[in-house]
Amino acid sequence: MDPLRWSPSPCTSRPPSPRTPPCEMLGHVGIEAVLEQLKIKAMKMGFEFNIMVVVIAVIWLLTGQSGLGKSTMVNTLFKSKMWKSTLPGLGVPMPQTLQLQSVTHIIEENGVKLKLTVTDTPGFGDQINNDKCWDPILGYINGQYERYLQEEILITRQRHIPDTRVHCCVYFVPPTGHCLRPLDIEFLQRLCRTVNVVPVIARADSLTIEEREAFRRRIQHDLRAHCIEVYPQKCFDEDINDRILNSKIRDRIPFAVVGADQEHLVNGRCVLGRKTKWGIIEVENMAHCEFPLLRDLLIRSHLQDLKDITHNVHYENYRVFRLNQSHALPRGPGWVNLAPAPADLTATPGPWKVRWQAHDSSDEEC
Amino acid sequence: MDSLAAPQDRLVEQLLSPRTQAQRRLKDVDKQYVGFATLPNQVHRKSVKKGFDFTLMVAGEWAWLPGGAGQWPARLFMAPWTDSTPSLYLWVERINQTVEILKHTVDIEEKGVKLKLTIVDTPGFGDAVNNSECWKPITDYVDQQFEQYFRDESGLNRKNIQDNRVHCCLYFISPFGHGLRPVDVGFMKALHEKVNIVPLIAKADCLVPGEIRKLKERIREEIDKFGIHVYQFPECDSDEDEDFKQQDRELKESAPFAVIGSNTVVEAKGQRVRGRLYPWGIVEVENQAHCDFVKLRNMLIRTHMHDLKDVTCDVHYENYRAHCIQQMTSKLTQDSRMESPIPILPLPTPDAETEKLIRMKDEELRRMQEMLQKMKQQMQDQ
Repeated sequence: MDPLRWSPSPCTSRPPSPRTPPCEMLGHVGIEAVLEQLKIKAMKMGFEFNIMVVVIAVIWLLTGQSGLGKSTMVNTLFKSKMWKSTLPGLGVPMPQTLQLQSVTHIIEENGVKLKLTVTDTPGFGDQINNDKCWDPILGYINGQYERYLQEEILITRQRHIPDTRVHCCVYFVPPTGHCLRPLDIEFLQRLCRTVNVVPVIARADSLTIEEREAFRRRIQHDLRAHCIEVYPQKCFDEDINDRILNSKIRDRIPFAVVGADQEHLVNGRCVLGRKTKWGIIEVENMAHCEFPLLRDLLIRSHLQDLKDITHNVHYENYRVFRLNQSHALPRGPGWVNLAPAPADLTATPGPWKVRWQAHDSSDEEC
Repeated sequence: MDSLAAPQDRLVEQLLSPRTQAQRRLKDVDKQYVGFATLPNQVHRKSVKKGFDFTLMVAGEWAWLPGGAGQWPARLFMAPWTDSTPSLYLWVERINQTVEILKHTVDIEEKGVKLKLTIVDTPGFGDAVNNSECWKPITDYVDQQFEQYFRDESGLNRKNIQDNRVHCCLYFISPFGHGLRPVDVGFMKALHEKVNIVPLIAKADCLVPGEIRKLKERIREEIDKFGIHVYQFPECDSDEDEDFKQQDRELKESAPFAVIGSNTVVEAKGQRVRGRLYPWGIVEVENQAHCDFVKLRNMLIRTHMHDLKDVTCDVHYENYRAHCIQQMTSKLTQDSRMESPIPILPLPTPDAETEKLIRMKDEELRRMQEMLQKMKQQMQDQ
């Protein structure tokens, strides 16, 4: 690996900000940008970072009502039909309890392998009474934290603990054009304390540009009014540069996205889009939708940051909560015996207690 | 005989008014002619003088298209809408999540025909976390209107009965789902025996043609599967011309209609049209290739408006009335006291004159009940 060059201004070696048009190579997703991201972090930490990166594991959770284009969005993100959208058959009743479905794929680009696990939540918010429909999701996320914790507290633990914790939850907001619904607010309030949440306006092709902007402002107002901190969270901005970059992102969240997995010919170019009778909606055209911003955020610029915050903040928070729970139990020989995980894993630990530690050395699986 | 009439007589006849002349000619030609063929014209004249009324209900989570409450259905009728109508969907100001019923009335006139259009809006439907029975305020409202009409009809003074019964309910289905959602099924099953339901697919501009086709098929299958009785277009008469029959067929095959709502006028191909402006193109609301708005308007107004009213009066209201009377008689057999037989819904306290009228009405009803009792006895004896 090349020795890291010291550049006078760290900004020049930053990955391109979401504002600049990304590389338009066909089929290029940008996974190897994670190496750049790791380099930047290593530079800030001030020591040499020797990476033998083999596989980068990333877990995403997609949630929102059915029909909002979650499965199509994943295909669009990876430009490959890795996720077949399954419609429940007519004879199959809508699942009464929420069942989560995970699919794992390994995608390789320029020598960098990405093991992406996407978890879908069909049936969320589709019932008449949606009270507590967020419980299975919270239970799942906390269950993954618990699994990691159990591995971590073993005497002989693995060098690379398999990381199944959810790094990012993409929440699909239906394009009503008005404001966040009570269900959205309830869900986001609970989840933003447990996982990194990125809300997006789904199926944004049903809103005009003005409606989109007005909707976005109202959502931002609602998020502030209900104290919902979505990713990128303000309190985790490390320095002024981060703050500037993240402020730009925060100003545009939630992104208005359109998903498409079909290609069409536009002006001699083959583009991903939706063909209607009055025009073709190009997914990668910033004038049409903000899908490139979402892709850049999730993959090209903030992939590593998402993992770090999950590991250093959300997971640590959960760990502190669990250790406090087991405080009353007598200590075992040499290490803390954790009380068995509570049956109800939906209890959220509460506001963030663990602050970001800039010098935390993360030598787990990257 | 007339052929023998003198030429002067014929001249005199020609100078007479054309009407009497025509009448005379008719009389001469066909002595069997009575003249009641002009009845439809008489009915037409009277109706035009009296004017029509129509009550349209709008329901569904996606009924609130950006543009405000009630504006879109009013646009169906090209009705003017004052901007002073307050915007109802500021969530920041809403405190409770219950469904509200809001009525707006508009008087429209076209070619001398007056229409009093009432739009009943239902903001808040399907909006809460727990939507169990969220259609109850709506069913209560519909029942209330039936009950009001029943009282008026059974009353003494029946000259000016105001018909506030809901003639048609436009139910908006989300284009994002994969068919009907549980709340859609719940709503339609609660209301299909009370009101004519016309299901629509809202925000159809977010779907490509293939998706619209699939969604329509799926919705039709699910409507059959759940046994929902939506409004059926009547069969056209066999003596109608082929064009009309073809139109009718197309109409039936397009159900449920996929519509787009727009209150803005945009420039498209040098013309000013009602539509929505996107960066990738302009959706024209009145373009049949873009959405079914024109089909809906034709169906609702031009061809089936009266049928909707007829079905409401002859089927839904009669069902309600029969059910009411049945309840009355069963209550009578259980309870010997002469209480007010009509199912009670809260009414404002009446003044002295109305009290008197109510007492007289009650007397009449008591007499009716006695008659029914006698009839029942007779039937039992047989």
